[in-house]
Amino acid sequence: MSPRSVTHILTGTRIRERRLALSRRQADIARAAGISPAYLNLIEHNRRPVGEDLIARLAEVLEVPADELASGREEARMAALREAAARAPSRGGQAPELEQAPELLARFPGWAGALIATSRRADALERQLVNLSDRMTQDPYLLTTLHEVLSAVTSLRSTASILVEEGELPGEWRERFHANLAEDSLRLSTTAQALVAYLDSFETEGGIFTPQEEVEAWMAADMPPIEEAADLASDAARALARDHLTRTETERAALPDTALAGAAEESDPLRIATRLRVPLDLVLRRLAALRPPGFEEAGLLVCDGSGALILRRPAPGFPLPRPGDACPLWPLYQALAAPQTAISAQVRTPQGREFDTISYATRSQPEGIGGPVLTQAQMLILPAKGAADGSGPVIGIGASCRICPRSGCPARREPSILSPRHDARGL
Amino acid sequence: MKPDILMIEDEPNIAEAVRFILTRDGWRLALHDNGLGGIEMIRELRPRLLILDLMLPNRSGGEILSELRADSDPALAGTLVLMLTARGQTGEAMGQADAVMAKPFANDELRAQVRRMLG
Repeated sequence: MSPRSVTHILTGTRIRERRLALSRRQADIARAAGISPAYLNLIEHNRRPVGEDLIARLAEVLEVPADELASGREEARMAALREAAARAPSRGGQAPELEQAPELLARFPGWAGALIATSRRADALERQLVNLSDRMTQDPYLLTTLHEVLSAVTSLRSTASILVEEGELPGEWRERFHANLAEDSLRLSTTAQALVAYLDSFETEGGIFTPQEEVEAWMAADMPPIEEAADLASDAARALARDHLTRTETERAALPDTALAGAAEESDPLRIATRLRVPLDLVLRRLAALRPPGFEEAGLLVCDGSGALILRRPAPGFPLPRPGDACPLWPLYQALAAPQTAISAQVRTPQGREFDTISYATRSQPEGIGGPVLTQAQMLILPAKGAADGSGPVIGIGASCRICPRSGCPARREPSILSPRHDARGL
Repeated sequence: MKPDILMIEDEPNIAEAVRFILTRDGWRLALHDNGLGGIEMIRELRPRLLILDLMLPNRSGGEILSELRADSDPALAGTLVLMLTARGQTGEAMGQADAVMAKPFANDELRAQVRRMLG
């Protein structure tokens, strides 16, 4: 059955149902609408198409809004019903009677709506479950914490076995193993508490996924059409994605792909901006979006004046925390304090990966001279091309304090779950 | 004297426990605690067996193993490798190891594995 014929069936059936609900005769309605009773009969039995003008006249006579009878709304609801039927478990039970779906929609709109809503809810929950599963296997905080737990347990098991099974031990060794047991017990206890607190936070947040995370997942999937994007489960995420597309198109018009790709032979974004006579912040964002040769592994962080990250495009190997968290030593935040000045800095992660970064902040007053001053900073992240040139120190950064093993960090705002001994390993 | 075994493991308490039990069994053991310098250490010591932790700071055990297997010296490239991992970890490097042991492991299990590999 074609979508068009489905539309006719739906519209005709709804017209008939509405007329019967008003206890009106076909002849009366037909006369009032300016058509013959025979033609209305054909329409009601879904044997004739109904144009927009006629729908409007019939709606007026039947005292309902035109969209109650219109095809688009019904078509969408019909598609949703078919989707619900397709998602219904098929094992053992009777299959949904698809051919009667139009009647269901027309005669019992409330039940049909409940079925559609329930199906969509199940779909959203399923997506959330899949995302949660992905997250459990990719979340850097969980992976780091679980590794700590595993290391402590491995050490405890081996050490305890030695003390119990190895018979007499030299005094020095026995004391050392007892000290190791105490140390690993403390580490296990601390790490397990942190892990439980982290998992508890999932519930208190009312869900793990923020709209920003949904948009990041969508961007990572090469931004499929918003209506078809499984990663965009919430209205807020879809709105953010639309804003992003609009902004991207505007920026692409201001700095077309061909112009940027041609100029990207120059590796210095500031020189690219000068050569193309465009703002540096636009060049940084466009390089991260287009990723032309020489910038294939570029990542981008954008924050507002409060430091909140409003765009995160990860670079391979650069540790990103959960939304709402960040490392205060990222050069991105230095740029906030020095707008209109390009800041180039090499950074090193706790895992030893080095990156070149270029950060740049701009200020604007979109509401005029009396309006608030808004600051936005962006940091382009590129794999380090070589050793630091000696013009500045390599900045040791992390993802967030909780999973950062660096000791003596002047910017630390909370203890790391990683053990003090781990801290002191010269990272 | 040249060691039989080189263990690259960043957790000092695990390394200490393993060193104790394998030394008690008569094996000569050397330790290294970092991914950096691991290959150089293998070249220098030429152990019969490399016990390698997968998750190491600065350079992963997987990267070290891949470089070892690609070495132009066939004897070095063929070094026996026992990889220590978390259960469920997978990856290309795991297939290049001669044996894989999941953490946490029983001491006797490790002893038996080393005996099987070194004869």
